Amino acid sequence: MADHVQRQIAGPQVLGRIVVYGLLVLLALYYLMPLFVMLSTSVKTLDDIRGGNLIALPAEVTFEAWAKAWSSACTGVDCSGLRGNFWNSVSFVVPAVLISTLIGAFNGYVLTMWRFRGSDAMFTLLMIGCFIPFQVVLLPMAQTLGVLGIANSTSGLIFVHVVYGLAFTTLFFRNFYVSVPDELAKAARIDGAGFFRIFWRIILPLSPPIIVVCVIWQFTQIWNDFLFGVVFSSGERQPITVALNNLVNTSTGVKEYNVDMAAAIIAALPTLFIYVVAGKYFVRGLTAGAVKG
Amino acid sequence: MQSSASAQAGAVASAVAPRRSLLDIIELALPRIVLGPTLLVSVVFVYGFILWTGWLSFTESRMLPRYEFAGLVQYISLFGNDRWWVAVRNLAVFSSLFIFVCLAFGLLMAILLDQRIRAEGFLRSIYLYPMALSFIVTGTAWKWILNPGLGFERVVQQLGFSNFTFDWLVNPKMSIYAVVIAGAWQSSGFVLALFLAGLRGIDESIIKAAQVDGASMPRIYWSIIIPSLRPVFFSAFIILAHIAIKSFDLVMALTGGGPGFSSDLPATFMYAFGFTRNQIGLGAASAMMMMMTVAAVVVPLMYSELRRQRRG
Amino acid sequence: MKQSTARLTLTALTLATTLAFSAFSRAGEVEVLHWWTSGGEAKSVAELKKILEAKGHKWKDFAVAGGGGENAMTVLKSRVVSGKPPTAAQVKGPSIQEWGREGVLTNLDDVAKGANWDGLLPAVVSNVMKYQGHYVAVPVNVHRVNWMWVNPEVFKKAGAKIPTTWQEFAVAADKIHKAGFIAVAHGGQPWQDATVFESVALGVGGADWYNRAFVNLDTSALNSPTMEKSFATLRTVQKSIDKDAANRDWNLATAMVINGKAAMQFMGDWAKGEFTAAGKSPGKDYICMPAPGTKGAFTFNIDSFIMFEQKSADAREAQRALASSIMEPQFQEVFNLNKGSIPARTGMSMAKFDQCAKDSSAEFESSAKSKKLVPSWAHGMAMPASVQGAMFDVVTQFMNSNMTPKAAAAKMAAAAKSK
Repeated sequence: MADHVQRQIAGPQVLGRIVVYGLLVLLALYYLMPLFVMLSTSVKTLDDIRGGNLIALPAEVTFEAWAKAWSSACTGVDCSGLRGNFWNSVSFVVPAVLISTLIGAFNGYVLTMWRFRGSDAMFTLLMIGCFIPFQVVLLPMAQTLGVLGIANSTSGLIFVHVVYGLAFTTLFFRNFYVSVPDELAKAARIDGAGFFRIFWRIILPLSPPIIVVCVIWQFTQIWNDFLFGVVFSSGERQPITVALNNLVNTSTGVKEYNVDMAAAIIAALPTLFIYVVAGKYFVRGLTAGAVKG
Repeated sequence: MQSSASAQAGAVASAVAPRRSLLDIIELALPRIVLGPTLLVSVVFVYGFILWTGWLSFTESRMLPRYEFAGLVQYISLFGNDRWWVAVRNLAVFSSLFIFVCLAFGLLMAILLDQRIRAEGFLRSIYLYPMALSFIVTGTAWKWILNPGLGFERVVQQLGFSNFTFDWLVNPKMSIYAVVIAGAWQSSGFVLALFLAGLRGIDESIIKAAQVDGASMPRIYWSIIIPSLRPVFFSAFIILAHIAIKSFDLVMALTGGGPGFSSDLPATFMYAFGFTRNQIGLGAASAMMMMMTVAAVVVPLMYSELRRQRRG
Repeated sequence: MKQSTARLTLTALTLATTLAFSAFSRAGEVEVLHWWTSGGEAKSVAELKKILEAKGHKWKDFAVAGGGGENAMTVLKSRVVSGKPPTAAQVKGPSIQEWGREGVLTNLDDVAKGANWDGLLPAVVSNVMKYQGHYVAVPVNVHRVNWMWVNPEVFKKAGAKIPTTWQEFAVAADKIHKAGFIAVAHGGQPWQDATVFESVALGVGGADWYNRAFVNLDTSALNSPTMEKSFATLRTVQKSIDKDAANRDWNLATAMVINGKAAMQFMGDWAKGEFTAAGKSPGKDYICMPAPGTKGAFTFNIDSFIMFEQKSADAREAQRALASSIMEPQFQEVFNLNKGSIPARTGMSMAKFDQCAKDSSAEFESSAKSKKLVPSWAHGMAMPASVQGAMFDVVTQFMNSNMTPKAAAAKMAAAAKSK
């Protein structure tokens, strides 16, 4: 941890510390409340939910809702829960994250150490492009995928996610590599090392913090995506977000809130896990300069 | 050792007439070759599609695209549409509030967390985890919490404050603010991470010098630390603006655009008209308006900031 | 584990069956897009899947929930644009003709002639299923929308009379409110607002005016005193709705009637499924009545599947099997028993159906004769989606602001011009 030179606003005074901790705890409550609500609802029985209120603790804890959400809830004609969709999501998220990160790394490398005329303009163009709302691209993308022959397939979905993730991965890597001193690459070039060699031997070993940031970000974005998933996949290959939507937004029947909440948490488990476990690497990577400017 | 060998090689190379081999040419072109696919993809799948949408906004496309030119008819129709103006107003209100609240909360929490807190990692996880959730999950949870009859209002009333009302979610005038609450909850953790990283990267010596000069901590924060976080403000703003403009899932899950269409945003407007109402031409016009507004705000900002970085 | 063994067995059986029948028919795959994802509806669609698989074809489910079909329509358009449309999709009303115009639908006349669809379907139904005289879609059911669902207990406790006109409604609602109950259970979503308004308008203006306004989109009928009166009546209904109604799902509103918290709900006959699932019986625990002023009139909403042109012969074979299975009595009966609607196919025995369905069936035929059979515009049966959406906006805005009935009527006329 960096050597903090008495930078605290409130020094050793007790009142100051109380204020700081107090604020932090209050904020923590605001952030935790929905999670608490979701968790406690998912272990209540339906009668308990109807009778009590949101914040009340469960009268009895039951994991039936979880079992149902995982393996027997109806997401269409098939009533086999979220289990299959979970693995569907994994099957396209992992390749998409890896491919977009790799390409982003190369792009960042080129944009900082192999600059050529117009490369900065290209970067700006790329950045502006990331503001395009995804609803706009649905139809033309569908048409393009059809022409390319990969419509309605996992490779098509991976392709779409890679295409629209490139702007961010490039941003992350470029901002990180900007702070790598030029002398390193220059010295290597004089020594006769080429493009790939410099990348492999010098740049890549420096990159773990930013790779972590990039992977976490991309994984979260792609895993949580709904729009591309629902439009470019179908049937048994639907991702977990689509199955969750089918489960939660059904239009008839008794609303099983406990199953809905359990399903929502299941859908969020991988990303939650990553943030809880790798959160500090995320911050570390950001400190190392992911988005310095 | 290597340098002497390559110095010799270099000497040899320069002694011989500098002939460009095929490998050299490829090597020179490599940066362009590497960046090429990304650029191609960006040109086709982003700008190409924007142009396609632009073309459609000048046609009379209804259910599926049609390509005959039809003039400004869709734009005229758009500007005469009550719901569109509600959406535009909502976007202005929502984005400014959302960005402001996220920046404020993020900065506040970062400063607090930076105060040598015990359990910093634990607290940070708590503030950061909402980012991991998809908007459907967030919308579902908050829809319930903000529901007057079932959620927060009911809890407080049961605690004894029977006159307490918190019906923002179902009040046409306040529904967009309910969306801000849920949106800020989801995204301020990320801003916190950015600011915390920024704070940790500040040079200690400047602060030491100011303290020696007798400045108080709040003043140091105000005049030195916060201004030096300018690049972080910029990055955070860009990312938050991007989230605000694309806010679609959150609104759909939380309010469905309602009550009525009081919490409609251009993204949901475009979706409803383009896909549900078989008015793709009108949807395309609204998308073009949305993107032009974004460009008008973001492009000058990015340009000035990038220029500043180049100079500074 | 058990499931995959079952699937393996089923696949083996299917394979064996298809091999056995390969001389007569080829086994294809049908991909069906729908948004019937909840327990009850899913069961109904599962029936169709069973029937089809018994015939040796495979069913590929393609369920997309959300917004009563909003997401599904987005997905459908993308699939069609990409050149790989599904076998069938849940589309109804004038949208069927809009799809037909795009030239992507297949011609089902051969199946229709073989099974005499023209003879089995009333003209008002079969016309919607055709494009330029050829069958392109198959009807699954007929819903009646202008129902009022009543909890007689609540009325008794409040000492109110179940209304048959809108004047009586105002009186009854007042009594119910004074007794501490909610008069009208409602969910403040645009389509629900429109559903209530549609019944109000029909009750106030009658079938003739309804057709002129909402089917012919006649400006003089739209911007008229009758329309103003309809909106004024809607205001009265609105006063009887509780303040938490915004964005409430319709089935939660039905639950309020079932639990005795509210007295009545204006909703189509799919609400009956909720009563049945809660173990309530018609006539005793709940009463189904036509909405005030609409006795003898029938607002219909027909769910149907459109069929897309398929490239391979196997797929076409399976599609034909799907189309004919939907019209068969076996499926029509099972599906409608589960869903709360009545079969689209006439001449079926209604013995297994409950009293509300029997009433519905009888009124369906009588209203056709008395020219009081009208399409539900709130459910996409009367006008293009763009006009319907614009009218939704007017109605929902009226419910969420203090718009005057006069202004609302003018806006309805303007909405009719939406393209």
